Amino acid sequence: MSTCDLPAYQIAELIRAKQVSALEVLEDTLKRVKQVDGRPGEVDAPAAETVEDRAAVHAFTLVTEDYARQQARQIDSQIQAGEDPGPLAGVPYTAKDIFTVRGIRSTAGSKILSNYISPYSATVVERMQEAGAVLVGKVNLDEFTYGSSSESSAYKPVPRNPWDTSRVTGGSSGGSAAAVAAGEGAISLGTDTGGSIRHPASFCGTVGLKPTYGRVSRYGLIAFGSSLDCPGPLARSVTDAALTLQAIAGQDPRDATSATVPVPDYLAEMAKDIRGLRIGLSEEFFRVTYFDSESMELVENPIDDQIRDAVLSAAGFLAQLGADIVTDVPLPHTKYGVPTYFVISRVEASSNLLRYDGVKYGYRTSAPFADLRELYRKTRGEAFGVEPKLRMLMGVYLSAAQFDKGYYQRALKARALIRQDFEAIFDPQGDYRLDALLTPTAPTTAFPIGSVYGDSVLMQYSDQLTVTTNHAGIPGLTFPVGFDREGLPIGAQVLGPDYSEGRLLSVARAYELATENEDWRSRRPPILADNGS
Amino acid sequence: MYNTQYSIRKPPPPILDFVVKRMGQQSRLLSESTVTMTKYEAVIGLEIHIQLNTESKIFCSCKADSWGDPPNTNICPVCTGQPGVLPVPNQAVIEKGALLAAAMNSRIRPESYFDRKNYFYPDLPKGYQITQYDLAIGQGGYLDLPLEDGGARRITIEKMHIEEDAGKTIHKPGRRLLDFNRCGVPLVEMVTGPDLRSAAEAAAFIRYLRKLARWIGVSDADMEKGKMRFDANVSIRKEGSSVLNPKTEIKNMNSIEHGREAIQTEIQRQIREVEAGGTIESWTLDWNEDTKTLSKMRSKETEADYRYFKEPDLLAVKLDQAQIQEIHASLPELPQAREERFISEYGITSKEAGLLNSDRALSDYFESLLEVYGGAPKTAANWVINDLLGLLNDLDLALDELYLTPERLAEIIKMVEAGTINTSTGRELVRIAEEKKKEPPAIVEEEGLAQLTDNSAIEALCQEVIQSSPDQVAQYRSGKQGVIGWLIGQVMSRSSGKADPQAVREILQRLLDQP
Repeated sequence: MSTCDLPAYQIAELIRAKQVSALEVLEDTLKRVKQVDGRPGEVDAPAAETVEDRAAVHAFTLVTEDYARQQARQIDSQIQAGEDPGPLAGVPYTAKDIFTVRGIRSTAGSKILSNYISPYSATVVERMQEAGAVLVGKVNLDEFTYGSSSESSAYKPVPRNPWDTSRVTGGSSGGSAAAVAAGEGAISLGTDTGGSIRHPASFCGTVGLKPTYGRVSRYGLIAFGSSLDCPGPLARSVTDAALTLQAIAGQDPRDATSATVPVPDYLAEMAKDIRGLRIGLSEEFFRVTYFDSESMELVENPIDDQIRDAVLSAAGFLAQLGADIVTDVPLPHTKYGVPTYFVISRVEASSNLLRYDGVKYGYRTSAPFADLRELYRKTRGEAFGVEPKLRMLMGVYLSAAQFDKGYYQRALKARALIRQDFEAIFDPQGDYRLDALLTPTAPTTAFPIGSVYGDSVLMQYSDQLTVTTNHAGIPGLTFPVGFDREGLPIGAQVLGPDYSEGRLLSVARAYELATENEDWRSRRPPILADNGS
Repeated sequence: MYNTQYSIRKPPPPILDFVVKRMGQQSRLLSESTVTMTKYEAVIGLEIHIQLNTESKIFCSCKADSWGDPPNTNICPVCTGQPGVLPVPNQAVIEKGALLAAAMNSRIRPESYFDRKNYFYPDLPKGYQITQYDLAIGQGGYLDLPLEDGGARRITIEKMHIEEDAGKTIHKPGRRLLDFNRCGVPLVEMVTGPDLRSAAEAAAFIRYLRKLARWIGVSDADMEKGKMRFDANVSIRKEGSSVLNPKTEIKNMNSIEHGREAIQTEIQRQIREVEAGGTIESWTLDWNEDTKTLSKMRSKETEADYRYFKEPDLLAVKLDQAQIQEIHASLPELPQAREERFISEYGITSKEAGLLNSDRALSDYFESLLEVYGGAPKTAANWVINDLLGLLNDLDLALDELYLTPERLAEIIKMVEAGTINTSTGRELVRIAEEKKKEPPAIVEEEGLAQLTDNSAIEALCQEVIQSSPDQVAQYRSGKQGVIGWLIGQVMSRSSGKADPQAVREILQRLLDQP
């Protein structure tokens, strides 16, 4: 077994015990990338056309080989000098290409930033470095994170699911999930605005944690919906997610919205017994509810039985471990999650994209322009993909002065109601007094590439089960609970009140331990077998 | 109030190609020889930006004041709007903004918010300006502006908020150069109601605001350095009417005097336009200070939609009751109140009170002087106004750079009053002490400046002068007594100015009157 399939905590242990060097681990990982990743994403490159292309993961937009070797050597010399490089010593990781890294191209998966070299590093990147982790590269995503399949990236070919390369990775942190699942780095940093960590994590069979809003600094996260964006880890084990959260959480003087709440010891929290925890199940999360665009009627569709069964079976395991399962938990405003998200995220996105004007940095049209307006129009017209354009149009429309009360203000009210739903069920004096809520992460398993992309409303409904978490600002953790009949991973998520990450980790960890010997837990992505590693 | 001197003359043609010549001289000549028909009054509101004098910018730690620095030297990822950056509010900006709000009788909101104002411009690196919209730090407010006739006009404050400045665009032939030093410099924007009634009032308001901002220490308010800027909204209406007619907005007034001229020019232009049967359109006008003309920048038919929404990257600005009370408590006595107190408490004239309160440091100096001197306020005021101000001006010094502290000046005044030195020596001593940076009594001693109080010595000098000036003595004795002044001067000169002139006069008279 290559070191690149080991969990991060084991890699760090081996390196600190001098049983393997950080450089050896890195070389293993780089070798894996060469084996499975195919050609890296590039702007204006052809989409996956060849058989080889279609059989590769394409997680990366940039492999930072030299940068990584330099870091790994530094870790090794620290070890040689008897210093402790930190809890993630020599652990290879990837960062979604939405985080800035000083001196490294930071593109957001968009042509408009295709030549942007950041002059500064994101706080989470700095903290990973301080913990000793080694950055292997930047990974692909939906353009500016706008999507749930990672197909909208300007960097082609887009990521493919290691469990079935004809399928999407989910998104928008699709490159992160695919890389972690395929052993291209033990950990990846992703971002979650409406489900963008948890959704691809569930599609690719990994753990994914969206922390409480404010728990992890957003400084250096190229903004989408600023009031919703959360950085967080994707990993192959609950322990690795806890280790990573430990490294990146905590107040940041550069982010005014970062929380001053003390950071607990997540490994200790994770190890806690779950006996007596009250874990809820809500029917609202076992169906997809949407307003039919023709009739405007509310339509309810149950999610796939296989997903339902896998989540209920996970609940059964948790009950066996001593948790109290509370059924029929009401979260009546869940159905407004997606429409509310449509308004808030697009208004914020349209404003956040204004800075990309071809004046200061990034892409600028090479066509002649007569005046400033033409420079803006051509630059933005040429360099933004269809998703950012749709979102800007929608955002500008929704925030226009004449609709002020009609859309944005109403969406803020709906958001407050969604938050109240959660406050009510987690209220220690309330009717439900839940410690956590267990739900499916996504209404489907990974769908075929091209099957949804193009219908941005349908795509948005992929987020229905994750998006309310972002509205409420609470944490959510997805973990694998099995496979469907087609061999595609199914994820379940646990949600909890503000700053309950430790408890969510303990639930997922208890489940992980309890199912350690289940057959499905020994499955590996076929792409790894195909490549003989 | 403006007379419409054109009404019985041929009206000027409606202004097609919009360039308005300054009226100036011409209008005054005409108004003397014409009959008044309709009377108009001007309705003016001001939008003022005041740069707060904090060390660092509003949302990052870059130096705020870039005056004299090369372009793009006080910048960082945050203020240049790099992808992924976030603003962090500078507490000093909040405090200074709140202090200014308190000084303008504005209610300080316990919870205010920042909003995004979205628009494209190359010198606005994020594509939005972080400002405050509906829930700004200050709510309402007013200022009672003293008028020439002794009354006051209440100028209401409609908006009072904190915001970041944009960068500077420098236009070169075929090129635009961007300087981001100014991006993120903290500003307070204040918008008055349409309450001002003349160009002179508008100028007086700005002048007062400048003084106030300096007085409470929130801004240098130096217009030449762009630390205070203002635009004016101008309309006219028939006197007595309360309607608000379409207004024009004047920009680019780089000094108070230019502002006054520009507003005056625009008022005259609007009167001419209306008298000629034309209408006033909502234009934005640009004042050219070289040609003294206004030119049209753009039509302002539709308000731009800035799509304001709450800045999600910042939390609410919270000030609890204790903090708000502290802000009010830290507000010094304001210039108007202090002027009034000086007049009533010290019995000085309103002109003197105005001079002493032209600057807070001067006013404070005066009060410190009064305290250590303990004599008549009027005397202290005279010394400050007649001697200290001149000294400051001649040596180009600020009050806090002075060697001549209130204590030292008080010593000089006391020496004069005690007769140790005479008044003119005292006045010279002010300058000498400052230049030599030496205690006044030491100078008096070292340079022998003490007044000659030994009458026998003065008498000896008088005798000398009488003997060496037979002609003048003869004139005096023949009845031309005025010549005594010349003789006194001679004695003073021989005493190097140290003799007490009163004693000289008495002794001379006695000696001359003796046969």
